[in-house]
Amino acid sequence: MLRALQTDPRFLNWFYGFTPPERGAIVLGLRRVYIVPTRLGWMFAGTLAILLLGSINYSLALGFALTFLLAGLGLAGMVHTVRNLALLSVSPGRAEPVFAGEQAQFRLHLDNRSRFDRPSILARHLASGAQLVVDVGANSVAEVVLAVPAERRGRLALGRVMLETRFPLDLFRAWSYVEPDVHCIVYPRPIGSPLPPPEADGAGAAARTHVQGNDDFSGLRAYQASDSPRHVAWKAVARAGDMLTKQFTDDAASEVWLDWQLTPRRVGTEERLSLLAGWVLAAERRGASYGLRLPGAEIAPGRGEAQRAECLNALALYDGP
Amino acid sequence: MTAPHPLAPEVRLLTARDLAGLILALAIVAAPHALRAPWWLALLTLCLYGVRALVLVRRLALPGRGVLLLIAAAAMLGVWVEYHTIFGRVAGIVLLLLFSGLKLLETRTHRDASAVAFLCYFLIITNFLYTQNIAAALAMCVALAVITATVVGFSAPQRPLRANLRTAGLLLAHAAPVGLLLFLLFPRVQGPMWGLPQDAQSGITGLSDTMAPGDIAQLAQSDALAFRAEFTDRIPAPRQRYWRGPVLSNFDGRTWTAGQVHLAEAPPAPRGGVAYRYTVLLEPHQRHWLFALETPARRPPQANFSSDGHLLSASPVRNRLRYEMVSIADARPDAREDPLLLRLALRIPPGYNPKAMALAGEWRRAARDEDEVLARAIEFFRSGQFSYTLEPPLLGRDSVDEFLFSTRTGFCEHFSSAFVFLMRAAGLPARVVTGYQGGDPNPVDGILTVRQSDAHAWAEVFVAGRGWLRVDPTAAAVPGRVDAGLARAVSGSAALPFLMRPDFAWLRGMRYNWEAMVHKWNVWVLGYNPERQREFMSRFGMPNTDWKELAATLFAALGVFTASLVLWSLRRWARPDPVQAAWHRFCRKLGARGTVRAPHEGPRDYADRAARQAPAAGAAIRRIGELYIALRYGPAARADEIAELKRLVRTLRLA
Repeated sequence: MLRALQTDPRFLNWFYGFTPPERGAIVLGLRRVYIVPTRLGWMFAGTLAILLLGSINYSLALGFALTFLLAGLGLAGMVHTVRNLALLSVSPGRAEPVFAGEQAQFRLHLDNRSRFDRPSILARHLASGAQLVVDVGANSVAEVVLAVPAERRGRLALGRVMLETRFPLDLFRAWSYVEPDVHCIVYPRPIGSPLPPPEADGAGAAARTHVQGNDDFSGLRAYQASDSPRHVAWKAVARAGDMLTKQFTDDAASEVWLDWQLTPRRVGTEERLSLLAGWVLAAERRGASYGLRLPGAEIAPGRGEAQRAECLNALALYDGP
Repeated sequence: MTAPHPLAPEVRLLTARDLAGLILALAIVAAPHALRAPWWLALLTLCLYGVRALVLVRRLALPGRGVLLLIAAAAMLGVWVEYHTIFGRVAGIVLLLLFSGLKLLETRTHRDASAVAFLCYFLIITNFLYTQNIAAALAMCVALAVITATVVGFSAPQRPLRANLRTAGLLLAHAAPVGLLLFLLFPRVQGPMWGLPQDAQSGITGLSDTMAPGDIAQLAQSDALAFRAEFTDRIPAPRQRYWRGPVLSNFDGRTWTAGQVHLAEAPPAPRGGVAYRYTVLLEPHQRHWLFALETPARRPPQANFSSDGHLLSASPVRNRLRYEMVSIADARPDAREDPLLLRLALRIPPGYNPKAMALAGEWRRAARDEDEVLARAIEFFRSGQFSYTLEPPLLGRDSVDEFLFSTRTGFCEHFSSAFVFLMRAAGLPARVVTGYQGGDPNPVDGILTVRQSDAHAWAEVFVAGRGWLRVDPTAAAVPGRVDAGLARAVSGSAALPFLMRPDFAWLRGMRYNWEAMVHKWNVWVLGYNPERQREFMSRFGMPNTDWKELAATLFAALGVFTASLVLWSLRRWARPDPVQAAWHRFCRKLGARGTVRAPHEGPRDYADRAARQAPAAGAAIRRIGELYIALRYGPAARADEIAELKRLVRTLRLA
């Protein structure tokens, strides 16, 4: 029964006081700020008990005064701890797309509209353990960047974030859960490999064996295992010790189609998407005009940051034909 | 959850500011203890604080546990040599002082630092075993402010000190009403709840069976209640109020002791005099003796007379004891006495106080009889320009000589001790009687309250054929003591002639005010006991409250306070924007009719959609949308437009 309750989303939503994910700014109402004593708080309570017993036993009037003042301090500390978190407004910021294997940088804006500052607020991403402590000034906004590892391509939801504080006396910990509606696009992990040949279809483009030409030297890049030894910049190797590969451009205007069909059939979908992602990066780096063909989707050739983002986005969100 | 919790106190390291706060707090709370502790231990503790500061400043390594244990063991040995125990209260408090230094020396994280803060609380409360005056209370407040500001700094290391001080002040301001409520309403029980440690009496002030110079002066500074007496018909005059306690007849040159006490038959009923009937409510003092007005004429149950004429209870007085007494004031004493006792009452240690011996010998030679010796002695004290002070100067080996011939300043124990010494030297049996003199009759209920500050010592001289005569040398030297009580009498002490000048009337006024304040403090703070708690509650129309009523009142009051504190903390400083409030109301109205605003939907689109869905109110809805956009995003909000928006939203009727 209890177990069933613990997994029932309706119960959990009622219990936590919100229905995830939440859109827009989330104000931490009193209803969703929890508070319990810390271990230090229990030790404080024990200390008070000893002080009280001593005061009674020795009839120390000022001992009573001290004990009761400390008890009042504990109570005031509890209210102040809640105050440090309650009515804080949390809104998600933009999460820039990343490649799988990198860390998604989720931004949360903690908006303090009160006249008092709220020091030492911990934001912890529950799934990954990413955490950060920030001080939010009076009437100001603090930004929290949570670096969440992005393991797989696709749409990575932030998930549940805990906000916690023990300010001012460390005797209580108040915390609250938020689950803002924010995603990070995770591109497939790119695999570097030679670009496919430019399309030789009815458009009548000149057939070339290698798009990556041999004519005009355009720069150096890090050596990759598949590079031809003829292109290694041996002088640079002799100077700096790093293996560098000379890059040549034939024709900046060359147009290439990055086609699903050109990837090897025997590897899985994810690898094929990774290959395509690698091609997008390579083509973009070369300044070529490129288009993307996926089963059921086609992106017209183009170049530049927007084209790159569109293609990678399509690869990230590809879910079969 | 592998990463350490960044808010956990055990992972946060102590900063220089934290340490400075801790050392300051420790300095405040440890100072009174250090003044009482053996000098070497106070110095050692101070060094430990200093070493910890040095470690932080110079970035040295903290000493290992072995070093700390070694210091602790050596210091405990020292305490044992000093006090012959490491338990017991005095030794325990001294060790607490030492441990504060040792703990500071192993403090790395905020967890240890919090333990040091708790240690500070214990150092504060143990100081109250010695003194509970207004200064001690003020020192407590200062120490609490420092500790709280330091602790606030633990959880907000980046915050400026001023902000932390402000938070600490706010916390204490919120804590004070709670503390006051608890102080007034927490159901008080009368301690002790269990057997007090052996040396507990060192803190409880009361008469003891020994008397050295300075003892009673110290006792007289305590306003603790000794007993109350309720007289059935009339209260004796102040000069008759001698409450007899332990009688001291052994003298070793410095200290008077009771010697062996044996029980005796009830003495024959005194002849003559005035009889007083009264009931005594004696506060527990852990000793056997019971106090009675001189001369007691009846024996309470389970009590006996001692051979020197005071009352002894069968068991130590551990709880409040009530007994009925009859005493006869100004009675003629019994002229018979045990010759052995009289011989004992003549002994003086040889080789002490040669000047006093010579003076007594002179009296003896010049006087015709014992009465005349007595008269000369009393005259000596009356005309001797002695002054009476609560802070007598320290006396050396020949304490009587120094008091009589050089300092001439003392408290009742100096007077009685010197007088009895002179009498014995002159060959008259004499002894010191301790007890209380005076008492404060309450004009309202007529009950006489006797406090420790009324503690007194006087003398008894045996004159052949007349018996033991009471002589109060203090009264002879300082007549005000007996008629007007201690406070007036001490006004004649060293500092006062200055204050007595007429041009310092305002200063005297201040002094009276201060004394009145101290009295209030004694009555309402230090003397706040179950009885006074009931008295307090009856002022609010709750007579005879029991602990349940108190607890209920307390919880109700605390609940109201906490609720208002929470409301205070959640109050919105900024008033909600009227435009925004009207818009939200508009959205709620439409939402209730099924037109919920989508998150991406702007005000214009939403208003258009709503207007299409409710054509009857379409114009109003569109106007609301326009007004909202103009007011929210336009250059400056106009009051009439705000009013129109509010009116439109209020009057909006959806079919």
